[in-house]
Amino acid sequence: MDEAVRPAENRRPRVGVFVCHCGINISGTVKIPEVLERVGKMPGVAVVKDYKYCCSDPGQQMVRDSVKADRLERVIVACCSPTLHETTFRTACAEAGLNSYQCEIANIREQCSWVTEDKDEATAKATEIIRTTMAKTVLDQPLEPITVSINKRALVVGAGIAGIQAALDIANAGYEVVLVEKEPSIGGHMAQLSETFPTLDCSQCILTPRTVETGRHPKIKLMTYSEIDSVAGYVGNFKVRIKNKARYVDFKACTGCGACLEKCPGRTESWFERGLTKGKAIYRLLPQAVPNKPVIDAKACIYLTKGKCGVCAKVCPTGAIRYDDTDRFVEEEVGAIVLATGYELFDAARLGSYGLGRVPDVIDGLAFERLLSASGPTSGEVKRPSDGRVPKKVVFVQCAGSRDSTAGMPYCSKICCMYTAKQAILYKHRVHDGEATICYIDVRTPGKGFEEFYKRATDDGVTYIRGKPSKIFRRGDKTVVWAADTLAGRKVELEADLVVLATAVVANPDGVALARKLKTQIDAHGFMTEAHPKLRPVETLTAGYFLAGCGQGPKDIPETVAQASAAAAKVLAMFGNTRLTHSPTTAQVDEEICVGCGYCERTCAYEAVKVDPGKKKAVVNAALCEGCGACAVACPSGAMTHKNATKKAIFEMADSF
Amino acid sequence: MASYEPKIVGFLCNWCTYAGADLAGTSRMQYPPNMRPIRVMCSSAVDSVYILRALLEGADGVFIGGCHPGDCHYVSGNYKARRRMVLFNSVMKSLGLDTDRVWLRWISAAEGRKFADTITEMTGHLSKKGPSAFKEKWEV
Repeated sequence: MDEAVRPAENRRPRVGVFVCHCGINISGTVKIPEVLERVGKMPGVAVVKDYKYCCSDPGQQMVRDSVKADRLERVIVACCSPTLHETTFRTACAEAGLNSYQCEIANIREQCSWVTEDKDEATAKATEIIRTTMAKTVLDQPLEPITVSINKRALVVGAGIAGIQAALDIANAGYEVVLVEKEPSIGGHMAQLSETFPTLDCSQCILTPRTVETGRHPKIKLMTYSEIDSVAGYVGNFKVRIKNKARYVDFKACTGCGACLEKCPGRTESWFERGLTKGKAIYRLLPQAVPNKPVIDAKACIYLTKGKCGVCAKVCPTGAIRYDDTDRFVEEEVGAIVLATGYELFDAARLGSYGLGRVPDVIDGLAFERLLSASGPTSGEVKRPSDGRVPKKVVFVQCAGSRDSTAGMPYCSKICCMYTAKQAILYKHRVHDGEATICYIDVRTPGKGFEEFYKRATDDGVTYIRGKPSKIFRRGDKTVVWAADTLAGRKVELEADLVVLATAVVANPDGVALARKLKTQIDAHGFMTEAHPKLRPVETLTAGYFLAGCGQGPKDIPETVAQASAAAAKVLAMFGNTRLTHSPTTAQVDEEICVGCGYCERTCAYEAVKVDPGKKKAVVNAALCEGCGACAVACPSGAMTHKNATKKAIFEMADSF
Repeated sequence: MASYEPKIVGFLCNWCTYAGADLAGTSRMQYPPNMRPIRVMCSSAVDSVYILRALLEGADGVFIGGCHPGDCHYVSGNYKARRRMVLFNSVMKSLGLDTDRVWLRWISAAEGRKFADTITEMTGHLSKKGPSAFKEKWEV
């Protein structure tokens, strides 16, 4: 019987192999005619062709024409890495009527021609790579992409400027947004800042129009003082459980008049004021807070801890105080999630020699922002914490933790050079006869107007000393900085009234915990990892999660806003579809063999495999399955397989060598 | 013996080591052609029987490349691979078989140099060590 007319299942499928020259990138080391000859002799190969650039239009047309004319049942394109043109050729095959999952790429460029000098060796390796690929390809089954519906609502986690921008962009496009913030009001770290570099815009003045718009946007459901408890589901269909922490203030009844804030006798550390002043037990972060309604810190409240007091309840004109309030949980269904969890400053107390938290009048950059801020504890007057005097000499120390692998942060925090220059300029504006000295390692000014801004600082009389300080300690009422002037090659001792440390930017620990909970990737420093450092900067490798702001890495406000808008654009592009597709190369159970032991369920990181308690068989939720193949290995009976990467396929590939 | 060239079957995880191998190529880093790459989605998808099969069918070594610990695309797949490797080695050892023919290494998408160096090192190691006796002796 003629091979070609036998039923497909009883014979080797007809394979077409297309070998790309990639200009001279492949053909420069791989002898194409030899490859064609050797591949042509492999069993099942119906046609072998080469072309200078297979990815070009005529190259793709050659594949399409050949699929039809030569009745191809499998296609192998031997070219560059599948990460580049797998989609191109799978689409071309699909256009010619071949199932796209029956087209495979043999990577003979990145993993052969570019890494092998010897032409004979490269030619042999290219042939072998094609042979290995063929062993799998002939076993490839036709698959159809899984499609899932999209719930066109978004969740944004974190309402700093990144979260606010992403939420506004999505909401302004007409989609509902659930915006979750762990603090009682929105704005994040930007609300703590005095002015912003390099324009010296007042941070509050440019932020509050956004917070106000967010607070009253009809499409934004704002949940402050709330945290993500859990996320279930998958891209397009997430179910999010959100914890609304007990506020002890009835949100609806409270008018935000502030009578309670004046009378409360309870005192506590204020996170927002960076420990410069005590906060009250009932508090709001700032006068322009959105929402402008206070919450009670249960640990500091005298009534809640000791059962006596109740002053706030007595003075509240609307009876909004609820001492019996408890945490509440709500569920929201969304299709996409933007993670804008932001940063925190490295706790420089861990740098013992810099004396933060131990030596008086050593503070960090954010604390200095509060001293400069009109809404801060000193109403914008620069006063040092120890005795309230106006400091006449201020030393700024850059790279306090950043670029220091011994402190665990080998990276540059990116914003410190500029904000330190800004703080020195602002200090000189407030204290005309004051001296500002900046100890730096390098001054990095890659941004629009940044170099000019640095120049302005030096023109304003700020002294820059190149060298990393070794020790900061107290002598009398002065704080002494031992530094070095590496340009002059000498040791320097600086007596200061106030020392400001530009401490490293680190990923917000709550964001790190959330990333772990959501099982999205983070790097060695806790920053969330983007899907591709250049080409997919706001997506993650977990479908449906997008990144914005400093949770992904240190960045300044304009960059944060740009990234947030980019994340919103990605969400909106997704919402522009009616259904989402998901790779069909998932796990699959042979119920005849499965004994319901549950090894697969325990192996799966995505809860995509569950043993049905009724029929005692594993069931794969294909929409949740990410296709890693771990369950297929864990399965002791061989009931679980990984579609198009079956045990047989891998055996055949290993054997082909 | 002079013509002996070790054969290595390489299981490269799609997200890290395969991308690292691509980067080695993009950066034109040269390494010996003895390793035949097989792209798998995750190092956790490399069954011990794949390793054994490769050795029995004539490979002199098996290379498995995964993401760095804590950096797995599939959350914890590389930890599964690491645990399996420990078991695999203990079984090999208890049977008196070589454990240095199977290498599990963490190579990220950014580590093209490490990939090229690792393959060079492994090829050199196996060249010195000589052909695997495994492939000869299993027929009973």
